[in-house]
Amino acid sequence: MFRRNLLFFLAYFIASILAFFFLLPLWWMVSTSLKTSDQIFIFPPTWYPNPIRFSNYGEALSKINFFRHFSNTLYVTLMTLIGVFFSAPLAAYSFSRLKWRGRDFWFFTILSTMMLPPQVTMIPLYMIFSRIGWIDSFKPLYIRFYFGPPYFIFLLRQYFLTIPSSFDDAAYIDGCSPYRVYWSIMLPLVKPALITVAIFVFLNTWNDFINPLLYLHSPNLYTLAIALNIFKGQYEVDWSYLMAISTLMTTPVLLIFFLLQRYFIRGIVLSGIKG
Amino acid sequence: MSSFKKVQTTAGIICALPSILGFFIFVLGPAIASAYFSFTRYTVIEQPEFIGLENYRSLIFEDLFKVSFYNTIYLTSLGVLSTIITALALAILLNQKLKGISIYRTVFFVPSITPLVANAVIWTLFLNGKYGLINYVLSWFGINGPAWLADPRWAKPALIMMGIWGVGQSIVIYLAGLQGIPLEFYEAAEVDGAGIIARFRYITWPLLSPTTFFILITSTINHFQMFVQPYVMTQGGPADATMTYVYLLYNKAFGWFKMGEACAMAWMLFILVITLTMLQFYFSKKWVHYELF
Repeated sequence: MFRRNLLFFLAYFIASILAFFFLLPLWWMVSTSLKTSDQIFIFPPTWYPNPIRFSNYGEALSKINFFRHFSNTLYVTLMTLIGVFFSAPLAAYSFSRLKWRGRDFWFFTILSTMMLPPQVTMIPLYMIFSRIGWIDSFKPLYIRFYFGPPYFIFLLRQYFLTIPSSFDDAAYIDGCSPYRVYWSIMLPLVKPALITVAIFVFLNTWNDFINPLLYLHSPNLYTLAIALNIFKGQYEVDWSYLMAISTLMTTPVLLIFFLLQRYFIRGIVLSGIKG
Repeated sequence: MSSFKKVQTTAGIICALPSILGFFIFVLGPAIASAYFSFTRYTVIEQPEFIGLENYRSLIFEDLFKVSFYNTIYLTSLGVLSTIITALALAILLNQKLKGISIYRTVFFVPSITPLVANAVIWTLFLNGKYGLINYVLSWFGINGPAWLADPRWAKPALIMMGIWGVGQSIVIYLAGLQGIPLEFYEAAEVDGAGIIARFRYITWPLLSPTTFFILITSTINHFQMFVQPYVMTQGGPADATMTYVYLLYNKAFGWFKMGEACAMAWMLFILVITLTMLQFYFSKKWVHYELF
């Protein structure tokens, strides 16, 4: 009994120390965003801001057009989401529940393209977008998602495969068309999966750096990721401003995570385990 | 019945059509074009000029290419190793039946979803040699920390250390794997007198090997793609110590307009990733066990 208690105590102790270190970057971001500059450049560092300087946020926001970049990022996310919701479940449905010749060939062809590093197609795609005058617009960032992004097709197909085939059979006997089965039966059933997909789309767009870097050149089109990097180049010493913007950029991600934690975890597990 | 088959086929093709088109427009077409460019001298301003394998040959002998290749192998091998060790250790810890352990799960997961650029900003301050928290924590143990990102010898280890904070998703995958191991296995082993180490060695590790294999492959591919951290934090410096493969490729294409060379690098990356993956598949037969019984 004593040994058991000791082990429990040890597990909590180790977990707590590690948790402390894992939370440190986030804590440091928030606390630095509220410090005065002479609290930042001292050694040893101070653990919490004293006095708390909320005006850092107002000043940082006046130096960077935050709401512009925020709405740009939101716009790209939304347009990507529409594309994914239009094309991915449709393809996943076709590849899992409809029977047609060549189905598995096309599925595995599309799936195997995930092995191709994006750098291979990056340069020709840039040339194409440049030829049709799409550089310095949001279109190159989301257009690909209207044409079946492989990862989301794969993820959704995993969900479709878990639905018993009696669902379709019953509907066909009642005289439903495959489109009707998709729209009225399948889509409502995979709603949880669609939430997972939406979370991944949101995270990816919020995180994406190289594509906005390639395609967005006017400052008023920058997404948050690009704007923050430019801001970093200009205000390398004003850490409180940088951290204030970083905090504002991170908050929506954390918010979504805490609201939809369940879907997050399930999505990761599903793409990992059966893959 | 045959009309039913026909309806299914038509619907199947119509539903898959956007994705099949996407394959041609966004993958196959550009891939063929980039394969062709890789055999040309192409500066955007002039038309591509066919030069055979010259791009590949000159890259192999180029110093900066070799440096970026070395850096990437360094970052990948140690990065993947530290990911697997940390993720597995934390997953085992989190799998203990303890009260309130779910809070810890959240804590370990959260850093893996903070936006990469924000993360890079935080860690630039964190790793500052003078005011950084890392060196302060090290000073508790009497260690005089290096200048990290400003020191060519420590810049790569700094990026690997930073990567450890992002293992959250691997932890979740390992946890799912751990929860798939029947408890009776451990109970039986305990009855037979197996200690913690023996239980790990003979039960946990072999039964988790498919999970480890999955993380090994995906983590390797991800590490080969490293771009944001060097771009935002070090611009490839100091002294090219963090010039990664993809960062060099980006510079060649969009900094120096050597599109042909950049495409050749992209294809070499593809060949490298495929070879590594196949090697890992080959060796996996020796240590990955898919059957439970």
